[in-house]
Amino acid sequence: MTQLILFNVFNGLIVGAFYALMALGLSLILNLSGVINFAHGGFLAIGGYIAYVLIPFIGFWGALLVAPFLTAFIGLIVERVLIRRLYGRDPLYSLLLTFGLAYIIEDGTRFIWGAQSMPYQVPDWLMQPLSVEYFFLTGYRVFMVLLVGVAVAGLFLILTRTRLGMRIRAGTLDLETVSVLGVNVRLLRNLNFGLGIYLAGLAGVLAAGMLGLQPVIGTSLIMPSFVTIIVGGLGSLPGTLLGGLLIGVASGVTTVFFPSATEAVIYVMMGLVLLVRPRGLLGEEGRF
Amino acid sequence: MVRLDKRAADAIVWLLLLTAPFWMQWIGGYTELGSRVLVMALAAMSVNFLLGFTGVLSFGHAAYFGLGAYGCAMTIKYLVPSTPLGMVIGIIVGTAGAAIIGALIVHLRGIYFAMVTIAFGQVFYFITFRWNDVTGGDDGLTDWSRMPLDFGFAKLDILHNAEAFYYVILFFFAVALALMALLLRSPFGRTLLAIRENERRARFLGIPVDRHIWLSFVISCAFASLAGTLYALLNNFVDPRALRWDLSGTFVIMAVLGGMRSFWGPLVGAVIFVVLQDYVSSETENWESFIGLFFVLIVLFFPRGVLGMIRRKAAP
Amino acid sequence: MTKEGLSGRLDRRTIIKATAAAGLVQIAAPFVITARAAETVKIGLDNPLTGTYAALGKNELNGCQLAIEQINAKGGILGRQAELLVEDSTSGDAGTTVQKARKLIDRDNVNFLIGNINSALAVAMAAVAYEKGVFLIVPGGHTDAVTGTTCHWNVFRICNPTQTEANAVAGTLIKAYGKKWYYITPDYAFGHTLEAGMIKAAATLGGERIGGDLTPLGTTDFSSYLIKAQATKPDVIIFLVQGDDQVNALKQAVQFGLDKRIHLAGAQGELEPLEGLPPEARIGTWVFEWYWNQPHVPHVAEFVAAIKKKTGRVPTARTWFGFSSTWTCALAANGAKSLDAVKMAKFLQGFKLPPEVALMPDGAFFRAGQNQLIGNLYVGHAQAKGSAPDDLFKVTDVVKGAEISGTLEDTGCKMTWPA
Repeated sequence: MTQLILFNVFNGLIVGAFYALMALGLSLILNLSGVINFAHGGFLAIGGYIAYVLIPFIGFWGALLVAPFLTAFIGLIVERVLIRRLYGRDPLYSLLLTFGLAYIIEDGTRFIWGAQSMPYQVPDWLMQPLSVEYFFLTGYRVFMVLLVGVAVAGLFLILTRTRLGMRIRAGTLDLETVSVLGVNVRLLRNLNFGLGIYLAGLAGVLAAGMLGLQPVIGTSLIMPSFVTIIVGGLGSLPGTLLGGLLIGVASGVTTVFFPSATEAVIYVMMGLVLLVRPRGLLGEEGRF
Repeated sequence: MVRLDKRAADAIVWLLLLTAPFWMQWIGGYTELGSRVLVMALAAMSVNFLLGFTGVLSFGHAAYFGLGAYGCAMTIKYLVPSTPLGMVIGIIVGTAGAAIIGALIVHLRGIYFAMVTIAFGQVFYFITFRWNDVTGGDDGLTDWSRMPLDFGFAKLDILHNAEAFYYVILFFFAVALALMALLLRSPFGRTLLAIRENERRARFLGIPVDRHIWLSFVISCAFASLAGTLYALLNNFVDPRALRWDLSGTFVIMAVLGGMRSFWGPLVGAVIFVVLQDYVSSETENWESFIGLFFVLIVLFFPRGVLGMIRRKAAP
Repeated sequence: MTKEGLSGRLDRRTIIKATAAAGLVQIAAPFVITARAAETVKIGLDNPLTGTYAALGKNELNGCQLAIEQINAKGGILGRQAELLVEDSTSGDAGTTVQKARKLIDRDNVNFLIGNINSALAVAMAAVAYEKGVFLIVPGGHTDAVTGTTCHWNVFRICNPTQTEANAVAGTLIKAYGKKWYYITPDYAFGHTLEAGMIKAAATLGGERIGGDLTPLGTTDFSSYLIKAQATKPDVIIFLVQGDDQVNALKQAVQFGLDKRIHLAGAQGELEPLEGLPPEARIGTWVFEWYWNQPHVPHVAEFVAAIKKKTGRVPTARTWFGFSSTWTCALAANGAKSLDAVKMAKFLQGFKLPPEVALMPDGAFFRAGQNQLIGNLYVGHAQAKGSAPDDLFKVTDVVKGAEISGTLEDTGCKMTWPA
């Protein structure tokens, strides 16, 4: 029994890391621009499909490198053409826009690639379990956790060491002052959005290795991302990371005792957090 | 002059609604489509009560819509096969849910409030999804249907008579609308408008803002659950999809499309959206793209909705 | 603000005009539809074209379309041309499914209704069809109830009930791999009845359910369930999940190396999920309801060629479901010499499908009193690739459905006919 629980805790951390990756992109966009990106799952799917197209030419590693950038590029265009117009307005409109965008992306991917699940080629040596005992620690999943770690570290570095990052952080706190200080806020929002979508694209490339690649691959991942942000705390990136890991582990452990409550437990956690500490575990006071 | 126009407009709308089953066939419609439009319009109006008149964005109304639907269906299937009782219990369940959830989230605002309403909507979705033995899970609740209405002196078979059921729905629609209009014209309603315009000032005036928002939320969800009971009766079926967040989004877009700040707006929005969806999904497999595109276009070019635009043109 | 909005408003005006024009076309169009369609016999297809079942629905649609072409080439239905009206039921929204069914019946006056892949939606459609007395044929919704406890005189089904599928494969699994089974079951009616069927079929041969999990539809990560499964040390892990869930579960099971230690199998298998798996994950023992690679059965090769020409891919069981459903409608009307639903339904009692429609070694017939088609089932195992790139399933055993379908009493179907 303890072994079962331990396994599920490890596994939960792996799954949670993945949720965190998804949620971090969402959080970035939300914090700076106040936009709930319902289409985030769609961008994840786009990342996966772009990788699928590229793999025969530049292999898995090439696709891993290139696909998120291409996805981010699409994100930059979307921001520039569609979302930018809505910043001054009620947040309702950006919500509805991304909502509609999600439909378009899902249908678009189905139109281009069909509804059929696509076989996705990941290097063989990654697919093996690391040991017979800990069979669920496949090379791929460990690799995924490492990659999430690298991405989080990279994000951290960008946010603390570069000017762009500094401006993003400042903008999250007080966008008006940042603008008055001469920063090109339009460009800032645009790049921030692109950064968030980069993370979504990366998540997509990784997800397609684990799950079947089909147009609806992103839709099931959007809700856990929301819960991650609420639990971890709005406005806090470390909170999002923590939230992801927490709900991953909670889900995993619940599977052992109450398998039918596996997803419900993350909503219970969300309810508890809202009751006891509405700003989230690491959230900032007075954020909303 | 303006008031006469408004009364005339109201009269025309009611006339069209009353005679719908007769003229709909000529333009390629069918009675059930009209019934569905009314149910969706009622749901959209309930969202609008909160959104357009109180200024609060709730993206999770499908939860209470669904609670109403399940309450009604489960009553008819398991308790007493009576349509009125089913409706009453459905409304009670939905309103109770809203009262509890509302109390939890009433101090949140803006985007965060919206996110939380979505997330709670999902909680109910999950409960109905997983509580298989009772709710039928993903398969939904079948094997029940709307019971004839027994008025004592006459029996109305609303199961086989689609037109009769349309008028029953229209009746409840009218009652709900009358109630809503009454509330909005009352001092309570005026307070809600004040909160929409400037919440801080309302608070300074001593208005208990949180309590008003909670009440508005509960009332809005009560109407949504009424719409839900009618939806369940219309389909003789209810399933977890009735609670999902994409249905919530549909309600909001209908309210926006028609014109958020006007009373009839959501009805106009519902007519356009339901008919459009019905038509486009018959024509092409890629109807989802069209619907998505529609959302995008509305938001970018018609944020005030159809009635909002007409009003703008009328008042220079 | 008004100055800046001027160019915006010009854009808006053009869009308003364009939308109004489009809207007018939409309202005018139904007139066109009603005028043209007076002469044809209409068959209404209310099936998923979007969502999780979109791939399966597309294949069923292809089958239906080929059947319509063939029917019309052979003189149509009662001398009139047959027309297929297609509506998207979505993969799970019952409200839409029921609405479309009503639309097809009330507005479009279809003589036949076909649908639905989703068992629950099939049941919902059956209720509407029964209410309105319209002939309904279910190509691919498997839950037992459709031709079991909630059977109706006007509802026919092509695909097998879940109990039959279980009966087909249970024996092979027990004999070859062992008696201790762990179940991974999707949490909805189809999953429940399939699991119940497997447990029953296995029990008669000494099989034992040592554990299992109900997984929600759309589960992406099966790792915790697989961890639990492995801990019980079963002989076989039975995957009853379908579609994308099946793809995810198998992919992860192979990644964990479980296929090397435990045998992986299931009841219902289909070609579509196998196509979505990377080659190393195309494993396991399954039962298919129809397969394209049947070299010794007449007419199959022509069917495969026709579908390949039309769609660029081989037919799957789903394609055949759609094909045979549509053909059944034509055969019923032409056989009963009438479009009256009762007469057609009575004609089909015990009716045996002609070989160019049945496409199975032992043929197929509708069991009287149940309206269920009984044919062959194909037990075998998945393979990374066989004689052709599409040949992903190796049939080891062709089972006669008639031998494993039980008696009419077993199904619980009690049919009442209108007076």
